[in-house]
Amino acid sequence: MEFIHALLEYTFLQKALLTSVMVGIICGVIGCFIILRGMALMGDAISHAVLPGVAISYMLGINFFFGAVLTGVLTAVGIGYVSQNSRIKNDAAIGIIFTAFFAIGIILISLVKSSTDLYHILFGNVLAVRTSDMWITLVIGIIILAAVYFFYKELLVSSFDPTMSAAYGLPNRLIHYFLMTLLTMVTVASLQTVGVILVVAMLITPAATAYLLTNRLSVMIFMSAAFGAISAIFGLFLSLIYNVASGAAIVLVSAFLFTLAFLFSPKQGVLFRTIRARKVKSALRDKSYS
Amino acid sequence: MTYAMSVQNLFVSYHGNEALRNINFNIEKGNLVGIIGPNGAGKSTLLKSLLELIPKDQGTVVVFGKSINEMRKKIAYVPQRSDMDWTFPISVIDTVLLGTYPSLGVFRRPKKKHREWSYHCLEKVGMEKFSQRQIGELSGGQQQRVFLARALAQKADLFCLDEPFVGIDITSEETIVRILKELRDEGKSVFVVHHDLSKANTYFDELILLNKELIDVGPVSEVFRPEIMMKAYESQLTFMKQNEVTV
Repeated sequence: MEFIHALLEYTFLQKALLTSVMVGIICGVIGCFIILRGMALMGDAISHAVLPGVAISYMLGINFFFGAVLTGVLTAVGIGYVSQNSRIKNDAAIGIIFTAFFAIGIILISLVKSSTDLYHILFGNVLAVRTSDMWITLVIGIIILAAVYFFYKELLVSSFDPTMSAAYGLPNRLIHYFLMTLLTMVTVASLQTVGVILVVAMLITPAATAYLLTNRLSVMIFMSAAFGAISAIFGLFLSLIYNVASGAAIVLVSAFLFTLAFLFSPKQGVLFRTIRARKVKSALRDKSYS
Repeated sequence: MTYAMSVQNLFVSYHGNEALRNINFNIEKGNLVGIIGPNGAGKSTLLKSLLELIPKDQGTVVVFGKSINEMRKKIAYVPQRSDMDWTFPISVIDTVLLGTYPSLGVFRRPKKKHREWSYHCLEKVGMEKFSQRQIGELSGGQQQRVFLARALAQKADLFCLDEPFVGIDITSEETIVRILKELRDEGKSVFVVHHDLSKANTYFDELILLNKELIDVGPVSEVFRPEIMMKAYESQLTFMKQNEVTV
């Protein structure tokens, strides 16, 4: 009750809540495609790689969105280039390139800004969300949701069967970089809510939770968005009540939801799997004795 | 005369290793064509390079008198089963529905009539009872039939199947062969990468016999003869002979 009361009273809280719910939703939506394409590591890489872009944007005095998208996409291209043109496998290429970008980012930020700013970019500071940040997040959110809505078919078929999509003429590589661009935008939108370090959790955990609960991509996307939003609301609530970091609280709520699904999902959960396996075994035993 | 598939001077390599050398052939429309050859002969590579799914070093491929890019929407491709992610959250009917995507273009969505048509294609392969299942819950043969249904849903002119009979039950294999022959009888052209020589002569009209280069191409009655087959499988046979000597 106190939370709702505070929410009505303080506009900074309203902004924080609206921003983090939006972030929860778009991370959940994009996250579905990230985990289905086996690109969880890529999500981690891009989120770290926006750091130098943010720093350069500060230096040039432009909105950090532009710099972040630039270095995010550069990272995706660089990773693709290294893994295609050498014997280095994709995961190693990811590890090399994103850490290099991240290191550049740390140096640049320590040159131009104080360490508190670095701390906020790394771990988020949702209560400091300004009105302009909230609008940027909303606009990014609308762009992401519209993009997924309009290109749903293409995202689905190129994720499930890239050979078929190539065979009938879809530009798979373009779709990949399109998704990387969306991923970068999501990361930028998440900077203040959960920070670059933990954004990968918001991309992967709600989507993975939904993946355990449904066999339909469309349902998975809605569930994942809902889990993201629920995590954002409860996480923010907990961070206020117990005065802990908001990003960490949001991530822990989503991890808790995942744990529930992991244990109790009717089809994929550990509990029901064990029960089913026991039933099969005991049925076999009964038969062999009779 | 426009051929279903006309290939000239096709060369393909992987990282500098030659995979296909100077392939030339013309296949007329309305044929059921088997691409056969020993392991590592480049059968799947040939199928993929014909559709420009992998880059070629040199050569021209003409499909129904046109370039591959003009014909893409009329080409149905059924991938090898081992290439698929069977845990993907998609149902059987939605998998078949993917076959209607090429004709829909980018922004249009499948409507009720597309769903009905997809269901009809599922009926053709005898899989309609499983329409709501997740694809990973099916057996290998059932999965292959669903992918054939998807190819049917595409209303293609050219069907390309990569090793469709690997690891599947005999009922599914018979269903698939029957449907491929029906397609052939309707005047469609069907290319199948196939590894099991025992049935090659009953399944196909034409054979492309391959071992990095084209050994022979033509009607089954001409190609499926011991002295010609020997040429493709020579390396494996000499290996066997050597083994016998040492044993």
